[in-house]
Order: sequence, then C-alpha cells, then structure tokens
Amino acid sequence: MHNRNRHFFRRAALAGAAFLPVLLFAGLAAAQVEGQPAPGGVGLPATVTEVGRETQQFYNVVLLPVISFIALSVLGLLIYVAWRFNENANPVPSKLTHHTGLEIAWTLVPVLILVFIAIPSFRLLAHQVEIPPAKITVKVTGNQWYWSYKYPEDQGGGFGFDQVMKQEADLQPGDVRLLSVDNEAVVPVNEVVKLQITASDVIHSFTIPAFSIRMDAVPGRLNETWFKAEKEGVYYGQCSKICGKDHAFMPAAIRVVSWEKYQEWLAEAKKKFASAASRQRFADAANQ
Amino acid sequence: MASSTTADDGAHGHPTGLRRFLFSTNHKDIGTLYIILAVIGGVVGTLMSVAIRAELMHPGISIFPGLAQLLQGVDPSMALDGGKNLYNVFITAHGVLMIFYMVMPALIGGYANWFVPIMIGAPDMAFPRLNNISFWFLAVSLVLVVLSMFVEGAPGMLGFGGGWVFYPPLSSNTGHPGPAMDFVILALHLAGASSILGSINFITTIFNMRAPGMTLHRMPLFCWAMLVTAFLLVLTLPVLAGAITMLLTDRNFGTMFYDPAGGGDPLLFQHLFWFFGHPEVYILILPAFGLISHIVSTFSKKPVFGYLGMAYAMVSIGFLGCIVWAHHMYTVGLSLNAQRYFVFATMVIAVPTGIKIFSWIATMWGGSISFRAPMIWAIGFIFVFTMGGVTGVVLANASADRQLHETYYVVAHFHYTMSLGAVFGVFAGFYYWFPKMSGYMYNETLSKVHFAVLFIGVNLTFFPQHFLGLAGMPRRYIDYPDAFALWNYWSSIGSYIGGVSVLVFFYVVIDAYLKKRPAGANPWGVGATTLEWTLSSPPPFHQFEVLPRISGSEH
Repeated sequence: MHNRNRHFFRRAALAGAAFLPVLLFAGLAAAQVEGQPAPGGVGLPATVTEVGRETQQFYNVVLLPVISFIALSVLGLLIYVAWRFNENANPVPSKLTHHTGLEIAWTLVPVLILVFIAIPSFRLLAHQVEIPPAKITVKVTGNQWYWSYKYPEDQGGGFGFDQVMKQEADLQPGDVRLLSVDNEAVVPVNEVVKLQITASDVIHSFTIPAFSIRMDAVPGRLNETWFKAEKEGVYYGQCSKICGKDHAFMPAAIRVVSWEKYQEWLAEAKKKFASAASRQRFADAANQ
Repeated sequence: MASSTTADDGAHGHPTGLRRFLFSTNHKDIGTLYIILAVIGGVVGTLMSVAIRAELMHPGISIFPGLAQLLQGVDPSMALDGGKNLYNVFITAHGVLMIFYMVMPALIGGYANWFVPIMIGAPDMAFPRLNNISFWFLAVSLVLVVLSMFVEGAPGMLGFGGGWVFYPPLSSNTGHPGPAMDFVILALHLAGASSILGSINFITTIFNMRAPGMTLHRMPLFCWAMLVTAFLLVLTLPVLAGAITMLLTDRNFGTMFYDPAGGGDPLLFQHLFWFFGHPEVYILILPAFGLISHIVSTFSKKPVFGYLGMAYAMVSIGFLGCIVWAHHMYTVGLSLNAQRYFVFATMVIAVPTGIKIFSWIATMWGGSISFRAPMIWAIGFIFVFTMGGVTGVVLANASADRQLHETYYVVAHFHYTMSLGAVFGVFAGFYYWFPKMSGYMYNETLSKVHFAVLFIGVNLTFFPQHFLGLAGMPRRYIDYPDAFALWNYWSSIGSYIGGVSVLVFFYVVIDAYLKKRPAGANPWGVGATTLEWTLSSPPPFHQFEVLPRISGSEH
C-alpha cells in the first residue's frame, strides 16, 4: 500500500512539474508583436521596461510556481484522501480531531511562503511607485471616450492633442482593430518619461501592459507614474476603469522612437496641433 | 401574548396559503421564501451572464443591440449605442443580483434562517416579525433593481451601467443623470436595511437562545460562521448606507461630497464603498465555510478537525476582512506606504484561510468518506476555493496587481471564489439540507450529474480568463482586440454548459417533489450530529417545545 502511495505522489509531482513550464512559456513561444496582445496568449505580454521585466520575473518565477504548487498540492491531497479514506477502503473512521504540531505547521509554513513572496513584492512596489528624475513629462487626460495629451512648453512642446480610436472603416494595413488611434503619443527611447494623469469627466484608467504601468485618471487629482521604454515601437493599452458606453473604445497608443525622431516629431506636432480648435478643446477639457 | 387568556394553541396556529407566507413569522417559512427569492435572482443573474458571454464569444458587437431593442424598446437607429449601454447595465445588474439577491438570500436568509435556530436548539429566531420585514424589504428591493433597468440612466439611455461598485462621477450626475441610479441607491438602502435587521436577529438569537449546555465553544461551525457574518454586516453596511446617501444628496440636492469642483473627492466614495465591499465578499463566503465544515464532517463520519481553530479562523478572517479594503484601490494613486500596508494586511488573510483548507482535508483524513452529492459539492468547493484563493495572493501584491488590476485575471479570481466557491457552497448546502427542508430525497445520480456539468462549465468559463487577464484584456468590455478571441470563445462555451446545469438543477428539484421519496429524519447516518437531524423531515412547524440539553463536546 505504502509503495503505491509513493508512486502516486511521484506521478502527481511529475505531472505538476510538466504542467508548469507549459503555463510559463506557452505564451512567450507564440510569435508576438511587442506592444499588443499575442493571439491566444496564456502569459504576461512581452515587456520593454525594467519594471516590466521585474514584474514578469516576480509573476513567472515567484508567484506562478508558488500558487501552482499550492493548488496542485491541495488537489493531490484531495484525490489522495478520496482514494485512501473512502468508505470502502477505510470502513472505520478514526476520531482524530487535534494535532497541535500539524496545526502549528500549517500556520507557520504559509507565513514563511508569504514572507518569501513579500520580499521581491515590496522591492518591485517601491521601484514602480518611486519616480526617478524624468527628462520628459507628458500630461494625460481621460475623457469620455478618448485620451488627451499635453507636452509642456519647457521641453520643446507647448501643444496638446486628442487621441481617438480609429473606426473600423479607417483602419490601414498594419493597424489593429480597437487599438490603433488617429494621433499616437510619441516619446523617446531609453529616457525616463513621467506621466501626469487626470480626467475631465468620470474616472478612467491609463495602462500600457508592455510597460507594466496602470494609473487611474481621477477628476480633481493629478496622479503620476513613469516608464523607460528600451525598444522602439508602438505600445497599446486600453482604458481600465468602466467609464460609460464606449469604455471599450478608448485605447491609448504610445510610439517610442529615437531621440532624433522625437525631436523631429516635436517640431512637426507643434505645427500640426497649434491650430486654435485643438488647443481650445484641450483647454476646455483641462478646465472642467 | 399577554392578551391570550386561554391555553389554546390557536394564537400560534398554522396559518395556510397566502397568510402563511405573506405574514410569516416562522423562521423556516421565511427561510423558504428567501431560497425562492435566491432562485429567482440566480436565474435572472445567470441568464444575464450567458448573454454577456454570448456577446463576447466572438470579436465585434452582435447580441446586445438587438437585445436593447427587444428588452428596452430602444429605437433601431440608436441600437448600437443602446446595446453598448445595455451591456454595461447587464454586467452591473449581474453583479448586484448575484451578490445581493442570490448568494446572500440563499446562504444567509435561506439556510441560516432555517438552520441557525435549529442547530442551537431554539424554537425560532429572537425577533420573528423583524425576520418577516427583513425578507419583504429584500423582495421590494429586488423590484427596484429590476425597475432601474427601464428608466433613464446615462443621457438618452436606460438603466445604470457603471459596474456594481457605483464609482462616482460615473454614478453621479456627470455619468448617469437619470433616475436609474436613484432606484439602485434606494434598492441598496432597502437591501442593506434588510441585512442589518436580519443580522441583529441572528446575533440576538445566537447570543441569547442557545439551548441549555450549548456554550459558544460547542456551537456548530455554521452558527459561528453566521455570527461572524452578522457582525460584519452590522459593522459595514451602515458605512455603505452613508456612502450611497451622500451619493444620493450629491445627485439630487447639490452637495459635493464626491465632486472635486466643490471640494469633494471621488476617492472618498471608493474608500467607503470598499470598507463595506471587501467584508462583503467574506459575508458571501463565510456561511459557505461553515456549512462545508458540517458536510465534510458528516460524510467523513468524523468530528471537525481543529474545531476551535476553525471557529477562530473565521473570526480572524472577519476581522482582517475589515482592514484591507484599499487593496481594491492600488491604482488610484495611493502613497507607497499605504500600498505597503494593504499588501501586508491582505496577505495575512491567506493564513487563516489556509488553516481552513487544511483542516477540511484533515477532517477527511482517516475518515470513512461516503461520496454522496453534498460531499462531492463540498470537495469541489475546497478545490475551486483554493484556486480562487491562490490568485488572490497574487492580486494582494500591489506590484503584481498593477499589471492585472481591472483585467480578466481579477474576474477569474473572484469568480473562482464566488461563482465557483460560494455557489458550490450554496449547492452543497442545498443537497445537504434539501431532504431536511422538504422531507424528500433528491435523485443521487442526477445531483451528481448536476455537479459534473456545473464543475466543467464554470472551470471552462473561468480558467481561460486567467490567460485573458495576463495578456491584458480589461474587464467590462463589450468588444476586444482579435488577439483575445481564442480564450473568449472557450470561456463562452463554458458558460453555456454552466447554463445547462441550471436546467439540470431544476430537473432534480422537480423530480424530488414528484417522486416524493421520503428522506427520514437523518438520511446521512452516524456522521450527522447536529440538532437538525434529531427532528423529523420536514421539521415540525414549531420545534423544540421542550429545549434539548447539550452535553459533551459534539459540534
């Protein structure tokens, strides 16, 4: 009997061990365009920031193995108990109702596991929340149902624009339905960008999964977050706080380019968005 | 009572028909009414969820524009916008219905009303007429919620579509100027009053009406669970009531509690809401914890392992549940230290929860387990609740939550604890106590089919949602980028299977009432040691006219 139990456990452990990497890497194996979700993905999206890498490590290396192990252990225990102590296998129940050592163990072991999780968690948290000195600041305002951006004057900006989702009829080759927008926000690669986030009407939430940032846009508050993208490309996010009927239709898109291209874009954008109409719209939004 | 001059039992006679149920002061009849209400709320809520999943089965908007025309009479030219709005109304109503009009009335109003007095050896609840009004408040409240879907909310749209969290300014005049939200607020006030009155009743009953010899430390764990639940309700519902009252005055009388233009703060509402909202999720699951302990013990033919640890684990879960609310708000702009505190406090909850899981397994260990339907449901509960619990540990970390907040990962997490956990608790309790409540046995095989169908359905629905959340799909979306199509498809298939399980459930109930297999006082044998199994099935209209005496340490 004992021998069989051991076999059972070994097999269960093997099955668990085989199961984990599938979960871990199936998503990464799929061919993926950075900045947008991978079709049929089962894991975190590819990331292009240091915070993103740390977040992925924390999830993939610490959290996922720990929770998979716990869930599979409980499942294994349930199956074992159901097999070993069903009324045919064990007609006479024991009367065991206390075991101090066991009770102390299943209180202390979870505490140790939590401490093991907490150490990288708190380090990452500080990294996410404490904003390093930033060369670029962009103000982002959530509106029903689009995002507005403002680039400050002292950084070569002094203009603002709205970013509205492209309707299906307007999509060009290479665009992504529900994610592509008319005006992408542009930032330079390898620079710390600070986002100041607020909203003009109801609460919205600004997120770019590839940067591992998410910050609510709350009317009357100016929230701050940051990222330092290490790779050029277009990175999409979607509003993450229910905000009315077109909640699903206000994506955010950030294009990361070289410093030179960024300067060129600034000069172009200054002209393009200097028209009174767009400035007025931005002022209205900001004053609300 | 004093006016009665004869010893005639007529004053406590057995009313029949409408009088019996409409004016009922009998805890068992009121419990039955609550269960019927829960079935109605559950069916409507389930239909909504299936409609939601049908919409999300493929990218693009397909179902809801037609549904808006059909249900709300939306003009065809406005069908697309009306459909988007109705989708938001549905996700809101689905949440509200399942929480306040399905799980709570089933576990608290239904099972606890039925069995807390019996388990502690009391003839009835302490305040029978209060019990009656608790129920009817809730019934009226349900009517208000349903009505809210047919009056104006957002400009030109019907119903409130801001999510069950009701965050202003979306729920204030900025987002929903129409009266739909006022209906919802009044409904919540009534449901809250109903729960507070019910809780006062439970606390009083449990503290004062236990049979001689039944000390608190001999009380069945289901009663412990209800005691903690009732305290949570009494402590936190007034906070919700205050929050939504301020919202009501913001909306109608020009106050600005939540309007920054007048010195208010939208986040104040979130703090107040979650001070209620987080304990609320423990309110939904604690009664299930309690009854799972009884079921596991009954069918393992063993007393509960670590009884005191189990009782005080629930007490500490209740306490901790009150001090972790802002883990729902990691992304609102909380300071680093505030986030650190809420991470720490939230992770601590895993410890008493772990004690409960391990104690259930230890109760089974060495037992002689008979796999009757309630036990199958209970084992299913332990597994799915563990699944929901471990993803809760993930989300407790503000650093990981930053990536996963408001995505389908969260949806998967709380459905594993609620839609699988609490609902499996509801069904485990149903099959455990149905023979006692009705006097009839259900069909064992069919009830196991019910389990299998629901277990497969909900796991297929919610497990792929973890993948969607990790990949970044936000929740409360009527349409999604095509990359998310695969897992949404399977999730929808799962929800249809889950929908079929409802039909199986009804078949089981109808079959039981048609076949009328007598259950007998105790269909579960030696393992069933609590007081309800000493009574006939169904129990007499008034039980324990002579109070039972409790001795020894059986729980």
